[in-house]
Amino acid sequence: MDYEKYLSPVANGLKPSGIRRFFDIAAEMDHVISLGVGEPDFKTPWAIRQEAVRTLEKGQTWYTANAGLLPLRQEIARYLKNAVGVEYHPKDEILVSVGGSEAIDLCVRALVQPGDEVLIPQPSFVCYDPIVQLAGGTPVIIQTKAENQFRLTPQELEEKITPSTKLLVLPYPNNPTGGVMKKEDLEAIAPVIEKHDLLVLSDEIYSELTYSGKHVSIASLPGMAQRTVVINGFSKSFAMTGWRLGYAAGPAPIIGLMVKIHQYAIMSAPTMSQYAAVEALKSCMSSVEEMRQEYNLRRRYLVDALNKMGLSCFEPEGAFYVFPSIQSTGLTSEEFCEKLLQKERVAVVPGNAFGECGEGHVRISYSYSINHLKEALKRIQRFVRQCQEETL
Amino acid sequence: MKDKLLSLLQQNARLTEEELAAMLNTTPEAVAKQMEEYEQSGIIRGYQAIIDEEKADQDLVTAIIELRVTPKKDMGFDAIAQIVANFDEVDSVYLMSGGYDLAVVVKGKGFKDIAMFVATRLSTLDSVLSTKTHFLLSRYKERGLFMNREEPDQRSEGF
Repeated sequence: MDYEKYLSPVANGLKPSGIRRFFDIAAEMDHVISLGVGEPDFKTPWAIRQEAVRTLEKGQTWYTANAGLLPLRQEIARYLKNAVGVEYHPKDEILVSVGGSEAIDLCVRALVQPGDEVLIPQPSFVCYDPIVQLAGGTPVIIQTKAENQFRLTPQELEEKITPSTKLLVLPYPNNPTGGVMKKEDLEAIAPVIEKHDLLVLSDEIYSELTYSGKHVSIASLPGMAQRTVVINGFSKSFAMTGWRLGYAAGPAPIIGLMVKIHQYAIMSAPTMSQYAAVEALKSCMSSVEEMRQEYNLRRRYLVDALNKMGLSCFEPEGAFYVFPSIQSTGLTSEEFCEKLLQKERVAVVPGNAFGECGEGHVRISYSYSINHLKEALKRIQRFVRQCQEETL
Repeated sequence: MKDKLLSLLQQNARLTEEELAAMLNTTPEAVAKQMEEYEQSGIIRGYQAIIDEEKADQDLVTAIIELRVTPKKDMGFDAIAQIVANFDEVDSVYLMSGGYDLAVVVKGKGFKDIAMFVATRLSTLDSVLSTKTHFLLSRYKERGLFMNREEPDQRSEGF
């Protein structure tokens, strides 16, 4: 049977993730040390796990309200008031989703129709572009620059805006660069957003993991909350990736439409995860801080070691990635990753997997123990020295 | 930086001063100075490798011995513990609460060696009332490290 003619051309035409190829090679090899994962190495704090067990013991195994358990939405509202500085109404301005990813998908589907252009700064998480395409929209890439620490500047933003531009994706703290947008950076782009009457999808999933001052949300700027959908979740901050729980907060008409799509497609987010998340927000903020401090230690270690071996990196101020330049080796991102894997059995991700402008960089995750990082760094150093000698 | 330095050294005593300084946001000189202070004040007692001894030497046997003792007027628990600790065969000695007084970890070649050591050296001590010898059969975790299993990283890669 010729399935090609049945498959949706849009879905069929999506580019496969550039990350996968490497890990398929790596999976065939023995003794590979990976610095490739994009999730915490910590286990979910015990109190959260215990709450999920309690929920199961009590037999709370039904669907929840489509928008999520009301007590959870109330806790999220309380958290956001404190962390973002915006008051969201738990009843109609917050939606609990299956991970941050679903919330991104819902937001795009609720807003984007064919002909709409969606601005996506890169390097960034690989899902925005395909999600926009599936919604029939046109992704418009903004290539941010290493010299700006991969922040989005007002000029870069302005250049890509057309009359069809509807939505800006704002992925900070950033995966893969570790870059953040500080308050002054946000203040610089806010007038451009207002001038062109754009909406913002602010993906703040790494908001708890910043290392030089607290995360600032664009929604906290004057006049911006009404045009921003904030997306966040429990995966990175509470080390709850497998629980699949995220949320969106924003203007009631947009959230309402997202809830409508969500109720048809998903019904409701996992019930035990939601009960566990209530506990997370109520009692586990100190665990979040402990994990942040541990990441910070590893971050400083990696940045120092990489800079010393000639893989220069700016100081990543958020998430758990370092994005060093590999230009001193004379290799492209993909060559670097492939050779590093073959010669030293260390897996890192080529920067161009996150957009063309990531070329010349690699993403190194520090979601690993110090001992693991030490061994990996030893191997990377041996490899880099060899490359540098060869280019001389 | 103080407590964090200790916890890092406990995780890996081979981290260099430069590496520790980068992690703790200080200078290698400050790290060196702090470590020296810890060594001089006796907070850091030494740096040793954690060895899977059964793997390194298949004949090696470890026993944990419960000792009940009677402290006397001129010899308290400390003094008895010191005498026990002086034997080369003894790896560790702890004063315990509960059903017995001293826990003694002894290492030797073969069960017989240890049994003889207990019978001829420990039991015969004046203050020792009774001994109970437990042979260690398998190590699962030692000083925070899993001994018999690799912890596979179950996370999937990418993204």
